[in-house]
Amino acid sequence: MNEEGNATAGRSSAFVVSARKRKLQKITKSAGESLLFLVAAIVAIIVLFIFYFVARDAIPFFQIRGFSEFFTSSEWYPADDPPRFGALAIIYGSLMVTAGSALIAVPMGIIAAICLSDVLPFSMRQYVKPVIEMLAAIPSVAFGFFALVILAPLLQSFGGPILMWTWWLIATPFLLLAVIVSSELLVMSISDDVRRQQVQRILASAFGIVAILLLFFVGRGLQKIEILTGTNALNVSIILSFMALPTIVSVSEDALQAVGRDMREGSYALGATRAETIIKIILPAASSGILAAVILGIMRALGETMVVWMASGNSSHIPDPWFNYLESVRTLTATIAGDMGEADQVTGSARFHVLFAMGLLLLVISFISNFISERIVVRQRKILSGQ
Amino acid sequence: MKLFKKFVYGAAVFGLMASADAMAAGNKIVMDGSTTVGPIAKAFAAHFTKATGVQVTVSESGSGNGAKSLINKTCDIADMSRPMKDNEIAAAKGKGVNPVENVVALDGLALIVHPSNRINNLSKAQIRGIYMGRFTNWSQVGGPNAPIVMIQRESNSGTQDSFKELVMGKDNPISQRTETQASNGAIKTRVASTPNAIGFVGLGFVDNSVKALLVDGVEPDAKTVKNGTYPLHRALFMYTNGQPTGIVKQFIELPKSAEGKRIISEIGFINYY
Repeated sequence: MNEEGNATAGRSSAFVVSARKRKLQKITKSAGESLLFLVAAIVAIIVLFIFYFVARDAIPFFQIRGFSEFFTSSEWYPADDPPRFGALAIIYGSLMVTAGSALIAVPMGIIAAICLSDVLPFSMRQYVKPVIEMLAAIPSVAFGFFALVILAPLLQSFGGPILMWTWWLIATPFLLLAVIVSSELLVMSISDDVRRQQVQRILASAFGIVAILLLFFVGRGLQKIEILTGTNALNVSIILSFMALPTIVSVSEDALQAVGRDMREGSYALGATRAETIIKIILPAASSGILAAVILGIMRALGETMVVWMASGNSSHIPDPWFNYLESVRTLTATIAGDMGEADQVTGSARFHVLFAMGLLLLVISFISNFISERIVVRQRKILSGQ
Repeated sequence: MKLFKKFVYGAAVFGLMASADAMAAGNKIVMDGSTTVGPIAKAFAAHFTKATGVQVTVSESGSGNGAKSLINKTCDIADMSRPMKDNEIAAAKGKGVNPVENVVALDGLALIVHPSNRINNLSKAQIRGIYMGRFTNWSQVGGPNAPIVMIQRESNSGTQDSFKELVMGKDNPISQRTETQASNGAIKTRVASTPNAIGFVGLGFVDNSVKALLVDGVEPDAKTVKNGTYPLHRALFMYTNGQPTGIVKQFIELPKSAEGKRIISEIGFINYY
């Protein structure tokens, strides 16, 4: 505005801006800029402040008790005399449910995002996406209540059949795909057409029989499993994956959409099918955005408290064997929420500070994963731009 | 003109609300603490408000939090299902608060199992063995061949402290396989829906959805708790800062009145007075 005024000032007196007005404009401009800067700075400062205050109260714990007990022992008896603060099982529990939810939510979320952006017609997408995003609006305590009152008893009474049907639902399409692809790949080197088809048919039926047997026997094995307690790592992982899904779907769908129409049309013009376009062009091009979506979703699961506190069972031991999702676990967030009341500054100071140590650990974990994802995104961008 | 009228009405309503609020400020009781004492506190509060017009707010955040609120002077009465600990009393004294113990009612700690469980009676030693993780299968205590799912309360629960003191003893830690739930109600919900579970709740929370076990052959009920034959019994407290006066004193003395006694036994607790 200012320069424009100056440039035209010589030509017409109507555009002359008085020195006073110019000064005013300058002041408002710098005031506006500093206001924006201030708001942005406050956000950054808040993060630093939280980090500082959590760290300030966490460090005394390590001064009192040292590092080795916290990270290597799983004896968690903060209220006993003498107290023991082994958090290994709790740290493990946090990682376990986060991994479990990621295992469910990441493939589901990415597949749903691909479906939304490249498979469903545009008009349909306008309806489906808001519905998925509505999942994010459900309060976590409602999820927790559902987990405790409905899902937990359900897992206890029908755990085996539920596991069996889930296995069938997931494994059937994948095994089918595997049978077709592997039998085709294996016969590719045979040049005689007739012979190739014969061999392929034999191979496909052999693989098919193996797949069916696999489906059947694993299913039977799963059906026999009795879930002793419904408030376990599996329950929490399922619910947490529901909570992470809207973030993953929404953000990765945006990333897929950001891959321009020109990329898609170029791919089709070269004779690629839709599957080839999605797998070889769009997914690699959107991978940094999808990774950001995944990290955001995982952070959501790691930091969730209410659902975990209600549905994990909160028993602070490492499941036996270590991958047993059917046992109850305890997480860092749930421990902070559950032990806060008693852990008064005056009534036992290590007990108070250990909760901050846990908070600090959560902060550090999320900072590290944010940092790693940032690095991957930058590298990906470099590769894509051909540098 | 219309707008002006609206404005005047709004201001009038606001003024009324503000003055009502100001009136209530010196005329209300704030309570915080045990989820076990909570139902008594709430029923008392409803009765007290009806009888006297005094506003009573009741929060249930656990005995430990109740003590903390009293120490920080954010409540008038701290509901507690255990006596105040020495270090809490010391902390209170340090902040110029003098906690005074007032017994409200008696409560039995009931061990509950799923109604389908055929166990009816456990000794205190058996319960201790179960929670220590020494007995992991119901067949080890005379039940069916099924693993035991133990459920406890979180660490700031007075019920948890009572259980540790009455059953476990000082040197017997509760097994880390034990699940933790945040309230009496949550434990009952879990036990009612889990065939192999065992949990403990205040006697007032026992209903048809779960089965209360005999402990050392004694049934938990009002009579056995009052005469002390049921081994797992305790007193419930309302702590005040100094000897209660005024409306707080009126409230604290409710358990001695006929109406108070009726409320206590109606909820399922046992009268102390």
